[in-house]
Amino acid sequence: MKQFITFVRKEFAHVLRDRKTLLILFGLPVVQIMIFGFALTNEVKNSKIIIVDYAKDITSQEITVKIGASKYFEIEKSVLTPERINSAFKEGKIKLAVVFPENFSHDLFHQNKASMQIIADASDPNIANTLTNYLSAIIADYQMQLNGSQLPPYRITTETRMLYNPQLKGVHNFVPGVMALVLMLVCVMMTAISIVKEKETGTMEILLVSPFKPILVIISKAVPYLVLSLVNVTSILLLSVFVLDLPINGSILLLFGESTLFIITCLSLGLLISVKTQSQQTAMLISLMGMLLPTILFSGFMFPVENMPVPLQIISNAIPAKWFYIIVKSIMIKGLGFSFIWKETAILFGITIFLLVVSLKNFKIRLA
Amino acid sequence: MRTIKFLLQKEFRQIFRNKAMMAIILAVPIVQLLILPLAANYEVKNINIAVVDNDHSEYSQKLASKIIASGYFRLTGFNTSFKDAYKLIEEDKADLILEIPHGFEQNLIKENEQKLFVAVNAINGTKANLGGVYLNTIIKNFNTDIRVQLMAPGKFTIRPTIEITSSNWFNPLLNYHIFMVPGILAILVTLIGGYLSALNIVKEKEIGTIEQINVTPIKKYHFILGKLIPFWILGLIVFTLGLLVSWLVYGIVPIGSIYLLYGFVAIYLLAVLGLGLLISTFCDTQQQAMFIAFFFLMIFILMGGLFTPIDSMPGWAKVITKFNPVSYLIDVMRMIILKGSGLKDVQNHLYTILAFAIILNSWAVWNYKKTS
Repeated sequence: MKQFITFVRKEFAHVLRDRKTLLILFGLPVVQIMIFGFALTNEVKNSKIIIVDYAKDITSQEITVKIGASKYFEIEKSVLTPERINSAFKEGKIKLAVVFPENFSHDLFHQNKASMQIIADASDPNIANTLTNYLSAIIADYQMQLNGSQLPPYRITTETRMLYNPQLKGVHNFVPGVMALVLMLVCVMMTAISIVKEKETGTMEILLVSPFKPILVIISKAVPYLVLSLVNVTSILLLSVFVLDLPINGSILLLFGESTLFIITCLSLGLLISVKTQSQQTAMLISLMGMLLPTILFSGFMFPVENMPVPLQIISNAIPAKWFYIIVKSIMIKGLGFSFIWKETAILFGITIFLLVVSLKNFKIRLA
Repeated sequence: MRTIKFLLQKEFRQIFRNKAMMAIILAVPIVQLLILPLAANYEVKNINIAVVDNDHSEYSQKLASKIIASGYFRLTGFNTSFKDAYKLIEEDKADLILEIPHGFEQNLIKENEQKLFVAVNAINGTKANLGGVYLNTIIKNFNTDIRVQLMAPGKFTIRPTIEITSSNWFNPLLNYHIFMVPGILAILVTLIGGYLSALNIVKEKEIGTIEQINVTPIKKYHFILGKLIPFWILGLIVFTLGLLVSWLVYGIVPIGSIYLLYGFVAIYLLAVLGLGLLISTFCDTQQQAMFIAFFFLMIFILMGGLFTPIDSMPGWAKVITKFNPVSYLIDVMRMIILKGSGLKDVQNHLYTILAFAIILNSWAVWNYKKTS
């Protein structure tokens, strides 16, 4: 036991000595929470548009004012001719163009029908779709006004309630995601690199010939990262509660328990990578490309898993972060208890055992 | 010049010798390009809906079948009570509940007005928002259908109507892959360039071989150039491979000039490699370099406008994106590849990136000290 403590102290010294890495490790979650919390939003607003007005009559101007008043659109001041629509799109200055034909008002009131055109830059399909919908709604609204206050008969109205997240903030989605990502980064990459580093610099041999059990060498390497990760989990939770106003609805104890399980999963993954690779660069690239990217892709916090082709959906089941993400979301946001997430926990547990068995089988106590 | 030639020979030999790295450098981008666009699909469809029909009337059933027929929704529950449906939401089996109250059809006809209740699982904001919008559009259409059915024809069309024709330029089929692929290509070029250069000098520091170079008469800028050029060539090769994949798999051919595209990427690579080299000169171990590079690239990529529109960011974040080389590349890639923008359209981007390249590389040369 005394030996073990000595080894753990050695590893802590390694970690604490490298100030730059340490700074990044603690700074990363903070910066990520800030970026996700305050900079990134899926909401579409302030989109620049131009209005090509051939009609220049009262109706077209009234509609223009209405569009300009909406927070979704910003009308570019420059008056443009139709030929310039194309080049404005190419310069990337505008997202949408609205064209009023000549005699717009006249057609509308005398023939009871007038048409106008919306041209969207559909190189981003979602934005094009959303903007077209917003604009159509504004025009429909204008038409309602035009027709006076008389309401049409047989109205169906809807009352929509947004559960869990009434303001449609992105925070609810990404805090669990950032947690999974940071834990993955700290545990998988750091563990893998620090073990491979001993191999690369030749000090692994020294550790292996010591009277200390090889398996304990590995465990003592994992301990500092376990502690570091728990500190990170705590800081992410504190940030989300106090800075982002995202309360923890479920049991905190359960949340930490599940986090510890996921940390152990990641540590075993890091162990597996370190057992299989010989150089730090290879270990880094494998953990980066092979582990981190799939986590971002398949855990469901940035990309909707249900939209993916079926083979990818099947692959996503093998990604531990996906299950952790579901667990955190259920506990933190929905406030559910263990009875709702025992299945996910069991899967995570299974993956961990599998990873540990495989890496311990491959762990060689003799160097080639 | 001769010095650089020998340095290049050394660097290339080291790169080609590490077979595992070569495989990763070339294979990973291709795999990513194959998988990422499939995964990064923000088209919202297959929204799971649970319908609670308390009315069991002709209309309520018509409405339900209209919703399913729209193609956006997948019926996961036809429940008898709201409580059962709510349970489906808790288990993540449903994203949306539509509750049709008792007496829906009767009230609608007799009292001219009837309310429907919709509850949305809003943890995923985008999906909730779009799902709600789709559902409301369908209900509105259903409402119009009913009105037309119930009212005498003609009475309805007297009002002045504005007809909207909308067209989608540059991507008429609203194909999401076409939007994502150029952006992802930009990310791949950035990742490969940034990481490899960041790890390179620091590796020589860690194993100690940098001392051997420091005692030779090799000039500082020779050394940096010797590190820069191989990765620059490698980056262009990866970019070419990426373009080939996007042509063969996704059928995306740049609409604009391919020379302009290469010209821009070539300058951009210089900037990104400069950033990597700069990080490398600041660090002592590969682990440090790796994490610092990760830190910056992560911020650059997240704020680069690949996933979320830059226009919607708050003011301070927009200022940060002005100093983010990745956002320029993503922008230009989309402009040239999808819209066929020319030199005139992208020249401001070009100058900015050129400035980045010059500043970052000079800084790297300046910061690399031959004496420790």
